[in-house]
Amino acid sequence: MAVETGTYRVKCGLAQMLKGGVIMDVVTPEQAKIAEAAGACAVMALERVPADIRAAGGVARMADPERILKIMDAVSIPVMAKCRIGHIVEAQILEAIGVDFVDESEVLTPADEAHHINKWQFKVPFVCGARDLGEALRRIGEGAAMIRTKGEAGTGNVVEAVRHMRAIMDGIRRLQNMPEEELMAEAKALGAPYELVKETARLGRLPVVNFAAGGIATPADAALMMLLGADGVFVGSGIFKSEDPERRAAAIVKAVTYYRDPAVLAEVSRGLGEPMRGIDLRTLTPEERLAVRGW
Amino acid sequence: MARIGVLALQGDFLEHENVLTRLGQQAVEVRRPQDLLDLDGLIMPGGESTTFCRLMADFGLYEPLRDLLSQGFPVWGTCAGMIVLARQALDLPFPTLGALDIVVDRNAYGRQVDSFEAELSVPTLGEEPLRAVFIRAPVVVSVGEGVEVLARLPEGPDVPPAGAGTAVAVRQGHVLATAFHPELTDDARLHLYFLDMVAARQARPV
Repeated sequence: MAVETGTYRVKCGLAQMLKGGVIMDVVTPEQAKIAEAAGACAVMALERVPADIRAAGGVARMADPERILKIMDAVSIPVMAKCRIGHIVEAQILEAIGVDFVDESEVLTPADEAHHINKWQFKVPFVCGARDLGEALRRIGEGAAMIRTKGEAGTGNVVEAVRHMRAIMDGIRRLQNMPEEELMAEAKALGAPYELVKETARLGRLPVVNFAAGGIATPADAALMMLLGADGVFVGSGIFKSEDPERRAAAIVKAVTYYRDPAVLAEVSRGLGEPMRGIDLRTLTPEERLAVRGW
Repeated sequence: MARIGVLALQGDFLEHENVLTRLGQQAVEVRRPQDLLDLDGLIMPGGESTTFCRLMADFGLYEPLRDLLSQGFPVWGTCAGMIVLARQALDLPFPTLGALDIVVDRNAYGRQVDSFEAELSVPTLGEEPLRAVFIRAPVVVSVGEGVEVLARLPEGPDVPPAGAGTAVAVRQGHVLATAFHPELTDDARLHLYFLDMVAARQARPV
């Protein structure tokens, strides 16, 4: 029997299994266990959550493999980890230790300002951030098996995630309304591979799973992103920078499953304690914005 | 046309719905106990079993599902769905539905880089092999006497050792389970097989 590992179908397949779920940033095995018990469908193992990366400044790199391995030991759900944009070797290290998904992430300091990783060369699947349809399709063209909005990580402010999800969905709706002969010019305008533009127009959605990320802090934020068309959500600093992470984590999981049910959303939003404080994006300097990293 | 519920708490429920719709059946998303009314069968999709169980507990789905299963209601679980249907799931910090006399070891193949696809022989579906996609799949480590094994992974140098020779598609009366994901391919034979199970129950005199 010919057994094939690391095929694109197998890589995209894991992303499909994560749909309708919440992927939570964690920095310790204890946090990972809290996330799993709350119903997270995966965790993102990090050295610091994005809010602390912002506060710390300096160069943000891949987490210590030792920390990631301890988190992998602690839970049975998939474990993701971040590498820097364009840092081929960090990605190889993450694949070698057996993480289930690599996030080539703008939250870390880019290693390459011109090129992203050629993700076709890996057996481990990759998720990448995007601000619009062109960026999403460029990453898929490089082999990403999953897309997420960039949003603005570590701010607890959902406005950029909303902007990016609307931009992606709007781009898809435009394609759907175009006669086929206009798709080549649109591919040129988007800076996206023509074949993927055609595929997206045919499907009426991205060819891979598309999550929301970057600034989601409350159950209502998570449900809003689902309503806008996300297949699921990442929650970074929003859980473990809040007053009661256990309750907030469980509430956000429920909000993603029952996002069309305001009665459930009202119930799970009650008495959660203080959310993370959050940042008004107008107070950030251009250099402090993470979403502009990558292209 | 049958009304088939698809457990829609988390996971790839839409992929199952799309196959059912393509086959001319009505797919109904199940998130609450009341969604289980007037269904002819239920599919439990792939996803994370811990997430399924947490939400099944919080939204009161365990008891109605156990009641339906005890009445011969046709249910098919793929991957995470298989785990939840099993008599026992090793390392799962939640109870299972115990509707299928198998013991499963979650993630026994290893991590995602060990996930695989292969041509699988399923004799009951005919000679043409089935493309089977295993994503962080459970391994069936023990099968009870009343359980029919529809497909096994062969032994062989290519086959992941944890799964060599183990059952990957099983049926016990009205309960079907597969460790792999037919909903990720265009081959709808297992969906048709399940719809036959549903039709057979409907034809049965009450």
